[in-house]
Amino acid sequence: MASTQVTPTRMELTRLKRKLVTAVKGHRLLKDKRDELMRQFLDLVREDMALREKVEAGIKDANRNFVLAKAGMSEETLRAALMAPKQEVFLRGDKRNVMSVDIPVFDYETRTSDENDIYSYGFAFTSGDLDGAVKSLSDVFPDMLKLAEIEKSCQLMAAEIEKTRRRVNALEHVIIPETQEGIRYITMKLDENERSTQVRLMKVKDMMLEEAHKYSEK
Amino acid sequence: MDKIAVMGDYDSIYGFAAVGLTTFPVEMNADPEDAAKTLRNIAESDYGVIYVTEALAAMLTKEIARYKNRLTPAIIEIPGVRGNTGEGIRGVKRTVEQAVGSDILFGDN
Repeated sequence: MASTQVTPTRMELTRLKRKLVTAVKGHRLLKDKRDELMRQFLDLVREDMALREKVEAGIKDANRNFVLAKAGMSEETLRAALMAPKQEVFLRGDKRNVMSVDIPVFDYETRTSDENDIYSYGFAFTSGDLDGAVKSLSDVFPDMLKLAEIEKSCQLMAAEIEKTRRRVNALEHVIIPETQEGIRYITMKLDENERSTQVRLMKVKDMMLEEAHKYSEK
Repeated sequence: MDKIAVMGDYDSIYGFAAVGLTTFPVEMNADPEDAAKTLRNIAESDYGVIYVTEALAAMLTKEIARYKNRLTPAIIEIPGVRGNTGEGIRGVKRTVEQAVGSDILFGDN
């Protein structure tokens, strides 16, 4: 116990003992939390990766279709066609609590229920490729939203796991050993004080006997 | 009710307007400061999810990091029309690294 000063009193000893009990209990709980978070995180992140690959492939396809569509008509027509979208997506965000981490749950609603409203243009001046392109993008969209939900959850959980891991390590390697060391130091110091009092009393008794009766125990 | 935003160069994102998302075109040669300001404006208003193209996200890493530990908005990288830089996949790997300490799941690919 070189680093921090501990006053060797009974009160301090009681305090440290109580602190140790709390620390051990906290350590066990946090360790459980970390393990469970980790289990759920690993499941989620695997799903995240699979979904990301799917979405990236979907967007790549859609982009290719859009490039093709753009090649088939003038830039102005294209801009005009997509200038005033009919459809609008509203997001319903909620949150779910997983091991004290709030993770988002996304759901969406479209302004109109007609799924053909993604085509916000007349078909006279645009190429058929554009319809296909818009459709392919609209097909990936539910997965994109799912990806947003899962990826955000992964990020939040990763941050929480990191924090929990640090706490577990701090408790395990710093707080608990330090408290135990403190308790040992105080116990030893108290014992030592007791012995020293004992010896002093015996000595005083000897001296008093010597004084009163000129009598030595030896 | 929240909305969904898409940020990136015009060519990569114009299609999302048809699907019903709000698009915020930012050209690649734009000032990063302006792009950051746009992102901040979107993030502070009622958008729950912001999709950002990987190329643009590379310019805005600092700004995006600010929202990483907040519940909303979720800022998600998507590939742009000029191809996939792999940044999105790397982001997932980084998340694993942050949580586990090293990438134990996707380390081999």
